[in-house]
Amino acid sequence: MPTNKVNIPNYRLLGKNYTTPDMVAKVTGKSKYAEDFRAEGMLFCKLLLSPLPHGRVKRIDASAALAMPGVKAILTADELPPPAPFITDDGVMIPADPRAERGLTNEPLYQGEPVLAVAAVDELTAAEAIEKIQIDWERLPFAVDPMVTLKPGGPNARTDGNVWVVPPPAPPKPGEKPAGPPLPQVQDFKWTDAEYAEFKQGKLPMSKPSMEWSYGDIEAGFKKADLVVDEAFVTPNTSHQCMETRTAMAYWQNGKVFVHCSTQSTAQTVPAIARWLSIDQTNVVVISEYTGGGFGSKVTSGISLTIPVLLSKKVNAPVMMRVSREEEHYIGRARPGFHGRMKAGFTKDGRLVALDMFVVTDGGPYGPQGDANSSGRIVSLCYTPENMRWRGVNVITNTPPRGAQSQPGGAQGVMIMEPVMNKAANKLGLDQVAIRRINAPAGKAGIGGAIKGKRDHVTSAFVQEALDKGAELFRWNERKSQVKKSGTKARGIGVAVSAYSAGSIGFDGLFVIKPDGKIYIQSGVGNLGTESMIDSHRVVAEVLGVPWEQCVVTWGNTAKHLPWTCPSGGSQTIHAMTRAAHATAMDAKQKLQEIAAMDLGGTPADYEVGGGRVFRKGGGAGLTFAQAAQRAIKLGGKYDGHEVPETVSRMTKASVTGLAGQGLLAAAKDKYKRDGITNSYVAGFAEVEVDLETGEYRIVDYVGVADVGTVIHPRAFGGQMFGRTSLGWGHALAQKWVYDQHYGAPLAKRFYNSKPPTILDVPVNNFKWAAVDIPDPETPVGARGIGEPPVGAGASAVLNALVDALGENIFRRAPVTLDIILTALETGKPGDDPLTAHI
Amino acid sequence: MADMKNPEETTKTLSRRDLIKGVIAAGAVSSAGYLFRSSGVRAAQTQSAAGSVERLVTLNINGQQRPVDVMKQETLAMTLRYKLGLTGTKLGCDRSECGACTVLIDDVPHYSCSVLTHSVRGKKVVSIEGLASADGKLHPVQQGVVDEQGFQCAFCMSGFIMSAVGFLKVNPKPTRTELAHGISGNLCRCQDYDKILTALLKGAENMRRA
Ligand code: FES
Ligand code: FES
Repeated sequence: MPTNKVNIPNYRLLGKNYTTPDMVAKVTGKSKYAEDFRAEGMLFCKLLLSPLPHGRVKRIDASAALAMPGVKAILTADELPPPAPFITDDGVMIPADPRAERGLTNEPLYQGEPVLAVAAVDELTAAEAIEKIQIDWERLPFAVDPMVTLKPGGPNARTDGNVWVVPPPAPPKPGEKPAGPPLPQVQDFKWTDAEYAEFKQGKLPMSKPSMEWSYGDIEAGFKKADLVVDEAFVTPNTSHQCMETRTAMAYWQNGKVFVHCSTQSTAQTVPAIARWLSIDQTNVVVISEYTGGGFGSKVTSGISLTIPVLLSKKVNAPVMMRVSREEEHYIGRARPGFHGRMKAGFTKDGRLVALDMFVVTDGGPYGPQGDANSSGRIVSLCYTPENMRWRGVNVITNTPPRGAQSQPGGAQGVMIMEPVMNKAANKLGLDQVAIRRINAPAGKAGIGGAIKGKRDHVTSAFVQEALDKGAELFRWNERKSQVKKSGTKARGIGVAVSAYSAGSIGFDGLFVIKPDGKIYIQSGVGNLGTESMIDSHRVVAEVLGVPWEQCVVTWGNTAKHLPWTCPSGGSQTIHAMTRAAHATAMDAKQKLQEIAAMDLGGTPADYEVGGGRVFRKGGGAGLTFAQAAQRAIKLGGKYDGHEVPETVSRMTKASVTGLAGQGLLAAAKDKYKRDGITNSYVAGFAEVEVDLETGEYRIVDYVGVADVGTVIHPRAFGGQMFGRTSLGWGHALAQKWVYDQHYGAPLAKRFYNSKPPTILDVPVNNFKWAAVDIPDPETPVGARGIGEPPVGAGASAVLNALVDALGENIFRRAPVTLDIILTALETGKPGDDPLTAHI
Repeated sequence: MADMKNPEETTKTLSRRDLIKGVIAAGAVSSAGYLFRSSGVRAAQTQSAAGSVERLVTLNINGQQRPVDVMKQETLAMTLRYKLGLTGTKLGCDRSECGACTVLIDDVPHYSCSVLTHSVRGKKVVSIEGLASADGKLHPVQQGVVDEQGFQCAFCMSGFIMSAVGFLKVNPKPTRTELAHGISGNLCRCQDYDKILTALLKGAENMRRA
């Protein structure tokens, strides 16, 4: 029985730097991304994108296009398989959602939504064919600003409404499997005249919510409060803009579809594609050896890949769909912007005793995002309000579909709450670090609302330790008293606390020890750049006591027998897959000990594993891994994979069978216990310098301290700390969407106008990261993920530093651009429009 | 529908914009081969055949003379990726915004998505595939990236490496800040700038030692 108490003292490999095996291919240009594959007879397709933010196709005339030489086929929404129900691996039935996004549509819900596609012998012919297609449109009302659609009489983004509501799950019927999550419904919701009047005053109305939860007694909390802060804040919509777009190439062979795509999660993309196409997952092969970034936008690649897949079926030839940068803006996902309002009650010593949080999310046209709910959960964890109510409205807009983006919802929640913490500390005359320390989560801290009086809790939290370490590295106390203004420059410092989920459980590991003595590890993790695809498997070498050089990792192609793996999203991988790797290594260890006992006498417990051998405890007779692998093949059964373990999932079972007979096969599901929900935490510290004449500012330096348990690969970890922090800085400095509200047309579609940070915008010379280095007690090697919480900390520490430099009356939204600062300095009032979206 | 005051105007604006977009897209990708006008189609078409005429030219790519059929409007990135099989040069934007497509032309870094192939006749083009020596020994800058585990997804990597190699030819001993300016025409969306800079500086050091 696995326990959590497996200690691996003095790690040889974990926590040490090494070179991942994909590096040489990357630096020599040999690494192949989706667009780098070619297939015999490959055709190209091009998309026709909706020119309208909301409309309906009345008639398509493609005759001129189809008459062109070289044009092979057209694909319209009518030819897509209808949304179908499906059953998850755990037997949960997910009903078909008629409102779900599909690859193509006859009722585009945003400008740029794909309407049809044409395949031709080359891309130019396909592009010309698209130009020849005539469509008669029916125009429909649209809304790109969530505030506009909430006004009395405002237009709705969908014909049946403007707000998502998710009905409560049906109680399970006795003796039946639990029903899947209920389908989201659409409602038509408008503010009352009184609420609209409040909006016109620049205040976000706390209107009727479509979702809510609470814990404690918020009224009693406010009664205890010595100070109440009531603030609204707006966070930007930000496109993921992965450097690689979601280009895909597909072909069919013997009823199987082979899809070359850009995905975060190799194994998990198989059932996703099967679901989109309504085919069995055994008929799907995913090839994705290298992925050019994901950040949450390619968790299981994108539904747009169904377009080349279906076209290739139709024309019986491989089809490549190259997605351009501009197309990626439309179909490539974005973080939903938030309008948030916080009413927070503090005692005079700074304890947060009551929090009333209200958010409106700009959710695009498809499906309610989890961001709204996550924002409340993360705020409840980061600042541990004694009593809290969270309410939200998930608004539908005619803007590109949203998706999870690094710290989804959490980053927005932190960005809305941090200004409130800042203001409270200033009003109460408390130190900014101290107020966050007083309210920091510790141990098995609570998270989210109460159900029947009980709240969820986390596995562990050491945020005070992170704040202390950060304050020391940053020299917070010394710098607090530095001169703020000199000449035309003002300086300020800021601190922020952030958290996010950091690991799932229950996935499988799989490897074979072959007669050459090497360990062949199968990785179903996507190769999106975090290196957790390789890093998590270091645990195998660590537990089995072999040099890392003895391990060979196979990844990137589900035809190569990969195990069922967590989605590489929400920074689950390092936690989930180190657990699976550990369980699998323990399975191998057990098998090695059994084989040794069979051959050399005694019981399995008389043997230990190390140095590439299994040998009698205290030294003596043993077998090398190579010999044991040969014995395993002779023994067959469970030893070489001919007998498949019951506990592993369907995909792993098939892979075990595929690899059977090659050596000692280890396969196991992570069944380690876990008490709590795994979260990671970051405390961020920033200094900014503002030029009072131009409004320009720069981040002088930054310190980020992470509470993430055991750090597995420091260099990759540091890359995540800098990269994800930098994503947060982008939200503070410049990144946003801009819309022509009159036409519902996006204006910031490319890098140069949505302005992600360049190397000159970030403090590359003055960035420090550290970890508190306390292993998480609820997982075998103590590791949690890091890719999420740096975002909110990065954004808010910078924004708080700006407030420190300039005072409180400057901005009420992010990003804070120089014109906002200049206007505020000139007029003495905040220099931004408080509530309009996309400006 | 207060937000749709003038649908007529909307129609015109959008359709013209779409048309222009389409023309640009078509222009940027046209030629023969995979993406480009295949020869069968070219013969059968009159209207855009003028744009598709190819000429055989010889290019100096990674130290080799490579004969290749090139259209007038063909970009170097397309020639490299789709005619010469050199897919290490990446396209991140195809419009001079990101630097993913950077190659050296006579030792100077250029965005190959925005250079016409015809214009590099008689010049030396080096792409990421041309850096390592024939025996597989990595270029010192490549080695620096491997040593320091530089970059994350690496889609931007070949562009950054080519920019750095070009920059180091004129400034072989840059400070961290100087090198940051030298490669600031390259965008990394994983925003691994800290580690990238460390890795490329290691490359510079490797170069000086070599
Ligand atoms: S692809 Fe050439 S600069 Fe982006
Ligand atoms: S490493 Fe991913 S874009 Fe640079």
